[in-house]
Amino acid sequence: MTLTPSDRVAETPPSGIRRFFELAEEMDDVISLGVGEPDFSAPWAAREAAITSLERGQTSYTANRGKRELREAIAEDARRWNLEYDPDEEVLVTAGASEAIDVAFRALVNPGDTVAVAQPCYVSYRPGVRFAGGEVLDVPTRVEDEFKLTPEVLYEAGADEADLLVYCYPNNPTGATMDRLELAAVAEFCREHDVAVLSDEIYADLTYEGDHVSIAEFDGMRERTVVFNGFSKAYAMTGLRLGYAMAPSEVVAAMNRVHQYTMLSAPTTAQYAAIEALRNCREEVAEMRAQYDRRRNFVLSRFEEMGIDCFEATGAFYVFPACPGEDAEAFAEDLLEAEGVAMVPGTAFGAGAEGHLRASYATGLDELKEAMNRLERFVA
Amino acid sequence: MDHAEELLELLCEDARHSTADLARLTGLSADEVEAKIAELEADGVIQGYTAIVDWDAVGDERVQAHVECNVTLDRETSYRDVAKRLAGFPEVQGLRLVSGDYDFALEVEGDSMREVSRFISDKVAPLPEITQTVTHYIMETYKQGGYRFDDGGDDDRLSVTP
Repeated sequence: MTLTPSDRVAETPPSGIRRFFELAEEMDDVISLGVGEPDFSAPWAAREAAITSLERGQTSYTANRGKRELREAIAEDARRWNLEYDPDEEVLVTAGASEAIDVAFRALVNPGDTVAVAQPCYVSYRPGVRFAGGEVLDVPTRVEDEFKLTPEVLYEAGADEADLLVYCYPNNPTGATMDRLELAAVAEFCREHDVAVLSDEIYADLTYEGDHVSIAEFDGMRERTVVFNGFSKAYAMTGLRLGYAMAPSEVVAAMNRVHQYTMLSAPTTAQYAAIEALRNCREEVAEMRAQYDRRRNFVLSRFEEMGIDCFEATGAFYVFPACPGEDAEAFAEDLLEAEGVAMVPGTAFGAGAEGHLRASYATGLDELKEAMNRLERFVA
Repeated sequence: MDHAEELLELLCEDARHSTADLARLTGLSADEVEAKIAELEADGVIQGYTAIVDWDAVGDERVQAHVECNVTLDRETSYRDVAKRLAGFPEVQGLRLVSGDYDFALEVEGDSMREVSRFISDKVAPLPEITQTVTHYIMETYKQGGYRFDDGGDDDRLSVTP
């Protein structure tokens, strides 16, 4: 036979971001607010630990589940969010949280299973479900609910019939967060309808108002939840590709079976950096969060001055303004061509995102100022 | 972090932030920002505003030196008295009392090595309390005031990512 993509791959559309990325790449003098990664570098101590590990020749595979020292540090860190996991049985270290999510889909989804995907969301969830043979159930959240998941939204979408629910709070692309009371309602829904949860908490440390809460802390939720996190966002370690999942032992064992046949183990150098990051880099994380918070204030204030409705993001490093034009894709393209400012049309992030744009403030303040000035000129 | 501390941090990062931008960044009103900064200036918390310049980049030939000074004090003379005299010289850009092998760390600036040397030998060394000076000429500045001079700041991130 000739080499042809499988039906699952062929039927999966390319990322909505991809097309916009190609447009932006062709242009000069672009200020990009389309970047979903920190503009900081990883804390120096973490980088130094990675360098030292290389100097010592620590370049072999680690245990499939990840270095025990790292799993212990992860389990210890999770206590900040009232989560208790056994580092030996209930933690899996992966090549980025993205791998952890993919592995979870493949380990937990049977062909034909329904996975409710809360949207707008990170671009990989829906294709990930399809690659695993599952059926995606779109659960659009609404701006009037501040893009939060509610039992009403879940019922309306038919998620009471779903096998799994996947979501991300603090949210990419909206910057929405969920507080304890709101998550308790979702937890009750999931218990009542026997829905398992994949909770992507990669932005947990970038929560600006109130504390981050994990759904796994609620009664009866730990056994039906996989929590994902990683080092890309809070520790600015995107390129080191290191994430993890925490779940009951039988779930981690199943995920590890997929992981060991694909990745074997997460990058060793990155694991050394991560151990140092968890143990000694909390101050740097706090400093980066403080800077993001100021930039968040800045962009929200500028949108208000321009008369552009903008949902008041309380987490991650994105804001999700209403598009001043009728068609967000056309607006984003025109803005890019006219002023060289890249903001991603919300439609790239699935249902519920229509009429919005995602602007990342993970970029220097000078550039943010200039981007906002250009946007103001464009919409004037 | 209180608002005064936050404003100070922002001004240390960039003293040219406009009042409007400081208000946007902190969530204060423009009037509140102006009042708070005026208060910090009046209290002597903010001592001045300056630029960090890579003079090599504009071809300026100015010479900078780090000078270690040892002093011997008597009953009538304090470190503060000596510091007062040293700080009075316009060539002295920085002056700190430090712990360790020497007492004062001076930052001295001049148009040439000859000028800086003369200043040390003619003005600093003859002071009665000064017992020894060691001068280190600055060969190259890589980082100052938190700014890295050799950092091009290239952003090699993809322009649009998930």
